[in-house]
Amino acid sequence: MKLDAKIPSGPIQEKWDRHRFELKLVNPANKRKYSVIVVGSGLAGGSAAATLGELGYHVDCFCYQDSARRAHSIAAQGGINAAKNYQNDGDSIWRLFYDTVKGGDFRAREANVYRLAQISNAIIDQCVAQGVPFGREYGGLLDNRSFGGAQVSRTFYARGQTGQQLLLGCYQALARQVNTGQVKMHVREEMLDLVLVNGRAVGIVTRNMVTGEIRKWVADAVVLATGGYSNAYYLSTNAKGCNTTAVWRAYKKGAVFANPCYTQIHPTGIPQHGEYQSKLTLMSESLRNDGRVWVPKEVGDKRAPGDIPEGERDYYLERIYPSFGNLAPRDVSSRAAKRMCDEGRGVGPGGRGVYLDFEDAIHRVGIDTVRARYGNLFHMYEKITGEDPYKVPMRIYPAPHYTMGGLWVDYNLMSTIPGLFVIGEANFSDHGANRLGASALMQGLADGYFVIPYTMGDFLAQNGPSGVSLDDPAFAETENEVRARIDRLLNIGGDRTPDNLHIELGKVMWDYCGMSRTKEGLEGALEKIPQIRQEFWENLKVVGNNESLNQTLEKAGRLADFMELSELMCRDALAREESCGGHFREEHQTEDGEAKRNDEDFSHVSVWEFKGEDQAPEMHKEALTFENCKPSIRSYK
Amino acid sequence: MELTLHVWRQDGPDSPGRMEIYKADDVSSDMSFLEMLDVVNERLLEEGKEPIAFDHDCREGICGTCSLMINGVAHGPEEGTTVCQLHMRKFKDGDSIYIEPWRARAFPILRDLVVDRGAFDRIIEAGGYVSVATGNAPDANTIPVNRDESEMAMDAAACIGCGACVASCPNGSAMLFVAAKVAHLGHLPQGQPERQKRVLAMVEQMDKEGFGYCTNHYECEAVCPKEIPRKFIAEMNRDYLKAGMAAE
Repeated sequence: MKLDAKIPSGPIQEKWDRHRFELKLVNPANKRKYSVIVVGSGLAGGSAAATLGELGYHVDCFCYQDSARRAHSIAAQGGINAAKNYQNDGDSIWRLFYDTVKGGDFRAREANVYRLAQISNAIIDQCVAQGVPFGREYGGLLDNRSFGGAQVSRTFYARGQTGQQLLLGCYQALARQVNTGQVKMHVREEMLDLVLVNGRAVGIVTRNMVTGEIRKWVADAVVLATGGYSNAYYLSTNAKGCNTTAVWRAYKKGAVFANPCYTQIHPTGIPQHGEYQSKLTLMSESLRNDGRVWVPKEVGDKRAPGDIPEGERDYYLERIYPSFGNLAPRDVSSRAAKRMCDEGRGVGPGGRGVYLDFEDAIHRVGIDTVRARYGNLFHMYEKITGEDPYKVPMRIYPAPHYTMGGLWVDYNLMSTIPGLFVIGEANFSDHGANRLGASALMQGLADGYFVIPYTMGDFLAQNGPSGVSLDDPAFAETENEVRARIDRLLNIGGDRTPDNLHIELGKVMWDYCGMSRTKEGLEGALEKIPQIRQEFWENLKVVGNNESLNQTLEKAGRLADFMELSELMCRDALAREESCGGHFREEHQTEDGEAKRNDEDFSHVSVWEFKGEDQAPEMHKEALTFENCKPSIRSYK
Repeated sequence: MELTLHVWRQDGPDSPGRMEIYKADDVSSDMSFLEMLDVVNERLLEEGKEPIAFDHDCREGICGTCSLMINGVAHGPEEGTTVCQLHMRKFKDGDSIYIEPWRARAFPILRDLVVDRGAFDRIIEAGGYVSVATGNAPDANTIPVNRDESEMAMDAAACIGCGACVASCPNGSAMLFVAAKVAHLGHLPQGQPERQKRVLAMVEQMDKEGFGYCTNHYECEAVCPKEIPRKFIAEMNRDYLKAGMAAE
């Protein structure tokens, strides 16, 4: 397989402009002859569906939620980056570009990242025009905050719910298109497979989650905007319904998968409190501006935090990374917390937690100021844990949060299946091996508002209508496969529930393909996962039928795909014999335990191709070249 | 702790429903309410019975999916909290808990505790937006916005569209939801050109969907997990009146 990223030639600043000029256009009167399917209605899918509708294409948009407004983009708290330089503090497109490439540990495509930085400003303009109520200064102009390690203030925010406000902006744009009839919205309608005719993506098969009806949809192109796969770990900060099915089905139909092992484990999750726990909740990264992270110096010190004197506490981030201290980047902070707990110095139930302590901040700036800055987060923490963080330190522990890996796409955001585009977290494109805070919202909206509307036109202009109808035998064939899979899930008749099996899978993934990975551990996981998968197919228990709202059946179908994806994640982690960003291989670390990259052998995207059931996938490489950002060692000491 | 749950079960939109009783023992006070239901459901499934269907997704209080009446109160006993953020420490050992779906004419039940809130989407589609196509926007700082107005818009925009306001209203009115959206855009300069048209279209759609009228019970404000204030309803009434007169 030849991977052509289709990166335009010329200086990086001119690539996108030149490319836009070179892209073929569909004239306005002809746009109405084309139809596009968009799967997912979060920031990427919602903005793409709305914008394609505005341009005049017929769009069918699908989501598993009961409303497009509920996609998980909604949960993003902190903010969205843009290179506006409104603060006059030296920001620029070039700096946002550089920070993002470096933050990704030099494992992202330069041209894509530069385009993202270029587009970032137009996103803010668009959102303000839609009525997104960003935080403002008294003079009426937009405010910014600093975020995750950046040395400039470039993050726009709407209280602690930037994600919801941006999503409402694009949901409203989408609603406007629904009102005009340009977009048809299909809620509680889950994509279960992709349909190809002559190698081109021409439709999907879905299950209506209320009636169980299996339906077929035909179009001239398909866009997947279905988010990430952190729920492979079972416990993550993702919504319960987030799943990999759409992406995995596309992979099995020939779209190649890039860097599946690049996962982001966020350092400030609330620790697990029991076996029944259903998900992890994040505490915003901004807390680390004032909170100090520590564990007891002594192994097994079980005293209450207030009883441990200052001299017997280890403020390990400040000790190990004096120049960044408590604001060390996500991947570095998460690994340090794990090391402390592995040494037996973790706190709370099971010893899997570290303290995030605001006592000093309360003394320094007063309790009222701390309340004004973080009141809502403290309140949320208290609700969940029953502990008052004004009096006792918070306990935090890393939590799976975001996946940088995803389906491989070229510069046009098209996968290796012609007509299948992949946008937002579902693709692999812009974050390399580690994503910076406030960049996910930026990427989702960049892809949907300002990239796909152009590149889709080019594809349609060059390839014309698919000329396929629902009568094509490929649809009946795919529908039969979907039905057969559902029947199989319903008829195993075993005695283990989907959640029970998912927890077992998640534990293997967390232990061996989580924050730190070893050859031995990954090889062990690659033996265990097929066993769990076999157990799944032999001993799963699903009750009820297909013809009704059946949440157990939904879970089982999604888990079946996570079972397969998990194996690919481990395989990729095993093949990448280096440490970079969120991927940490214990064999590849510096003397003081930091990630050690190997640019000579691994400056590439690892791209996996499905070769058939029970066949090993084949790995391809897309070489990464850095002409503008010279790869350097990320040091935070 | 040990609890007795009385849960509304209904096989489908057209089937009759009934309350069923389940024992929940071994409930930890650290569990969220939905995690407690997860445990009950796992046991039902192990016994070969169909689990209780309920809506949920983000489980961190922002997506607005979860929607349960607990002992007759939308989202349960804790103020300013969605069900997913309600924890069992708010209950006592031995409690009986009644769990029902949102009950409103405009929210038909699909199964057990799951309802169809599509009416909310249709109200937004009728006009709850600013008509600005992608690429139309001027620079974000071109129009300064009074900070207090912007904060007011944000107070209204905090609505998560869960429908608790409707479920708790004796009239099944959606006024707080609609008013929040009208106020969100009405307090911003970007929302002015369509302000009158918007309120008329949204209220018309609200009536069409079968929501009732507001008779000032303010149950909506009391249960709103985002604590949207009722003053927005008064604002919407003013906007509606003005727009109506202008239209004539």
